[in-house]
Amino acid sequence: MRVLLLFLILALAAPAPAQVRYPEVRPGVLLRFPADHGAHPAFRIEWWYVTGWLTGEDGRERGFQVTFFRTRPGVGEANPSALAPRQILFAHAGLSDPAVGRLLHDQRAARAGLGLAGARVGDLDVAVRDWRLRLLPGNRMVATITAREFALDLAFRPTQPILLQGKRGYSQKGPRPDQASYYYSVPQLAVSGAVEQGGRRVGVTGRAWLDREWSSTLLARAAAGWDWAGLNMDDGAALTAFRVRDRSGRSIWAGGSFRHRDGQLTELGPDDVRFAALRRWRSPRTGGIYPIEQLITVRLPDGLRRYPLRPLFADQELDGRVLGLPVYWEGAVRTVGGRGYLELTGYAGNLRL
Amino acid sequence: MDRLAGAGATLAFRWLLWGEWRRHPGRVVLGVLAIAVGVALGFAVHLINGSALASFDRAVRGVNGSADLQVRAASRLGMPDAAYPRAAVVGGVVDASPVVELPAFVRGERLTLLGLDVFRAGAVTPSLVGVPAEGQEAAVFAEDAVFLSRGTQAALGARAGEEIVLAANGRTARLRVAGAMPGVDDDRRLAAMDVAAAQLRFGRLGRLDRVDLKLAANADPGQVRAALTAALPSGATLSSADAAAESGDALSRAYRVNLSMLAMVALLTGGFLVYSAQELSVARRLRSFALLRTLGLPRRGIIAQVAVEGLALGMIGAVLGLAGGYGLALLALRLLGGDLGGGYFQAAAPVPVFAPGAALFFLALGITAALGGSILPARAAARAAPAVALKNAGDVIDPRSPAPWRLALLLFVGGAWAAFLPAIGGLPLFGYLSIALLLAGGIALMPWLARALLDPLSRRSIRVPAVDLAVRRLRGAPGQAAVALCGIVASTALMIAMATMVASFRGAVDDWLGQVLVADLYLRLEGGGSLDPAAQAQLAAAPGVARIDFGRQSPVLLDPARPPVTLIVRPISPAAAQGTLPLLTPVAPAPLGAIAVWVSEPAARLYDLEPGEPLALPLGGRGARFVVAAVWRDYARQHGSIVIDGADYDRLTGDLGRDEAAVLLRPDASRVAAREALLARLLPELRTTAAMAEPQQLRRLALTLFDRSFAVTYVLEAVAILVGLAGVAATVSAQTVARAREFGMLRHIGMGRRSVLLMLGNEGALLGLVGGVAGVLLGLVLARVLISVVNPQSFNWTMATLVPWGLLAGVVVALVAAAAGTAVLAGRRATAQDALLSVREDW
Repeated sequence: MRVLLLFLILALAAPAPAQVRYPEVRPGVLLRFPADHGAHPAFRIEWWYVTGWLTGEDGRERGFQVTFFRTRPGVGEANPSALAPRQILFAHAGLSDPAVGRLLHDQRAARAGLGLAGARVGDLDVAVRDWRLRLLPGNRMVATITAREFALDLAFRPTQPILLQGKRGYSQKGPRPDQASYYYSVPQLAVSGAVEQGGRRVGVTGRAWLDREWSSTLLARAAAGWDWAGLNMDDGAALTAFRVRDRSGRSIWAGGSFRHRDGQLTELGPDDVRFAALRRWRSPRTGGIYPIEQLITVRLPDGLRRYPLRPLFADQELDGRVLGLPVYWEGAVRTVGGRGYLELTGYAGNLRL
Repeated sequence: MDRLAGAGATLAFRWLLWGEWRRHPGRVVLGVLAIAVGVALGFAVHLINGSALASFDRAVRGVNGSADLQVRAASRLGMPDAAYPRAAVVGGVVDASPVVELPAFVRGERLTLLGLDVFRAGAVTPSLVGVPAEGQEAAVFAEDAVFLSRGTQAALGARAGEEIVLAANGRTARLRVAGAMPGVDDDRRLAAMDVAAAQLRFGRLGRLDRVDLKLAANADPGQVRAALTAALPSGATLSSADAAAESGDALSRAYRVNLSMLAMVALLTGGFLVYSAQELSVARRLRSFALLRTLGLPRRGIIAQVAVEGLALGMIGAVLGLAGGYGLALLALRLLGGDLGGGYFQAAAPVPVFAPGAALFFLALGITAALGGSILPARAAARAAPAVALKNAGDVIDPRSPAPWRLALLLFVGGAWAAFLPAIGGLPLFGYLSIALLLAGGIALMPWLARALLDPLSRRSIRVPAVDLAVRRLRGAPGQAAVALCGIVASTALMIAMATMVASFRGAVDDWLGQVLVADLYLRLEGGGSLDPAAQAQLAAAPGVARIDFGRQSPVLLDPARPPVTLIVRPISPAAAQGTLPLLTPVAPAPLGAIAVWVSEPAARLYDLEPGEPLALPLGGRGARFVVAAVWRDYARQHGSIVIDGADYDRLTGDLGRDEAAVLLRPDASRVAAREALLARLLPELRTTAAMAEPQQLRRLALTLFDRSFAVTYVLEAVAILVGLAGVAATVSAQTVARAREFGMLRHIGMGRRSVLLMLGNEGALLGLVGGVAGVLLGLVLARVLISVVNPQSFNWTMATLVPWGLLAGVVVALVAAAAGTAVLAGRRATAQDALLSVREDW
């Protein structure tokens, strides 16, 4: 449950042209792999979202985020031009290095086509110009990112089976059944590769999380933002928790899942997930006030379990205003017995949906 | 002791300077004015050029949005889409932005439509990206959304949300104003929409007009260029902002240099004026200088004295000139536009930007002219032996000594030599040097010429004493005669040269228009409309039409650093070429498989082409071969034009549309009826944009444009004449006033006042005649250099010389009248005194 906002504005704020029919997300559709790793261009939005923790040869811990978005804005579908914006791709990459103390980030955007950008159908290969995320033979996923202030060259190897969120991949995101997405995750990815910063290349290893979602209608009208967390527990368990907030900050919807280290999966409904702010941080750039320390309480079959989240460092805000992008917080967090990522959107006040 | 001498010298300085200026304020004012006029003209021309170029440069950068490098389609057909991905992946290219760029019309207003990919343009040319208006955020990709620059919004009066109908490339589309282009200058007229939508709506599918590139900060531009050149498809060329600015500069450089040279001429004439005034003033003060010398003032002191006078004159004149020049530039920009009526820049009138460097330069130039004009006579005066000078206030030059001519000959030879040298960087610098040398030679020859012309007259005795005395006086005082003549000759010669050149040019253009405009009716679609073959057939079948030739003109880029040449598509065949185009060379047969093209004279000169030679044209892929069939005369397109047969063009490009037609009517057909019949056969949406003209109208329009572009030349010319005439008047009157004692003597020996005045009138007339004739002769020589050297080298076209005899005669008469008139007027004043007093007056 995580989306870049410009992308959302482009993809969802515009009323879909009447002649464009997007497929609906329905329960009971069987997901197939590796085909569903690839793009679903008929749907309105889709993303490939990799987050994780890296430990460098230099002993430093860093958080990273690599995201590819695809949208079908419903424009130019009848235009035979090779440049028609039938499919648009965005990519975002961030690096959280405590030695820097703020989020390093960069982005790419392009309309698909002419060999410069595209998302393959039937197999994972998505590229926006020089940035690329793809699945190699042997089930190895690789990401190559060259950003302004850093570069990532990472390979991901699954250590666990694919985790289907919601009801076998049908994940409801609002009170109405059509406010939903197809959603699967791959937690506990083993990472190896290198991070380049200031011309210095550092070998890294770590744990990562892949989130895959595609949908045509996602959010309730009243939604003002959301909180999302994905935690790789040290014992091999995985927790997904999200909630959609309205303008007053109350939850409209919530959900998630918990997969025990033995593979037993528990689906979490709106009543099973609670977010509570422990510490807020005010961004000196944007004035946004983010609950960067939160206590997530989830109801599992064996009772309530609490996960206090503490960020790697406070300033992991992503300020994309210069480029016409939204402001949100996307950061590496620790919890007791695990590590993961927290996303906080709609706190800097300028989210228009 | 030294200090005392110094104080005395300063006092002497002041005394001499103020005494002189108080006595002859008119002369001081005239000298100052002459310098001021020269400086003002020079500075104004410079400012106007600078402002016009700056605004052109801004216009270019405004449309280009300051991309580091551009791939441009060489012709209006654009280049294939493939150029974009190919350019984007070249090493060193950080980002590439595909652009459709079309001239467009909305509500009768002309603007430039850009089709952009907002993601790419946001990175490469952010100033061109449109920002959605409140409530229009969703329009970024909408196919009917258009963003308008403030200039366009103002011109159209269109607000966000409003619908406009935009015409470009022969199509029209209904678009919705979705927002503004805040990064674009207020005076630019741009509209931006999605690149793919622009391709679809305006018939450009699969084609791009440019790809803007952003280079890595550490990229080696040379390497990137080389890699790009290798990667690009045919029909695409590389261009940088510098190259665009360069081509903008080349657009009008020759014209600007010519104007600057005219301003220099005015300044030079001003310098002469100071010279002649100072020369006279020195001659009159020879005795006071001699007195000062005998009292111990060194020779250098005399020179310094006169130099300070010149410096003061120059300073005042130059400062006045700078102020005047700025005002003039302001006025000219408002009235004539940035190109001074030359028609090179279409942009709105720019505001002059004060240029401190240029101001200093013209200040220095003005002062130098005044200083030079003062020091030369002062040196001559300082050389005179004090004892002789004290006794004799007459001419320093002995009339019996032979007049010098060697220097003049040397200058003439140098001038002739410079005339045969080629242009430097597209500028006829040696041509101007030749003019300067010839002019200097002509002036240096004046004493000799005056002697040669007057000698035969003075040898025979003339009955009328007034005439006889006048001739003898001029011959006996060659120095003073020469001074007066120099000014006359210089200004006359330059003016005659310019006038002859312009007259020849106008005559040549007039003749050429007669050769070119042979049809009965011309039709042209404005606003990017186009006639497809069906529409062409419709028009050809209109009643009254005997024959109709369809054509199209579009820019084609042969060299990114030069302005594009015009590609003219029209039916033409080697056999009938002579009747279609004014050919300058015989037709060279084209080898088998090569396509014949007809190159205009400027194109042939600019790109060094001759009949029978191959030529690379960015048309029809790399396989097509072109050969120059012949060179033809074209005065309309200074940057060159190339004619290609319509059938060849169709075959090469598949572009069957045309937007011009030349119509020959049946002998019995009425023009009015034919016009209406043709108009009725056009599609309704083309009817409003179709312009029809008859050859007479076009001819009138062309000549009006011609005169407008030479309007500034005429003004500068008139100023040069006025300065010259003022010089003649000043010289003659100064000499006359100085001779009061002589007139007293003449009246003592029985000459009446009328006779003295008659003598003066004759003297003046003779002076004017000699100067006028010499000036005209020299002017014709200079005109020859202008026509055969300067013009072809700056504008790349040749013409036959056409001498404006009427004007020449008028100038000579005006000179004679001005010289005689001022001499008589001054004589009245000089002879008004009592004869007895005049003789007794010491100086």
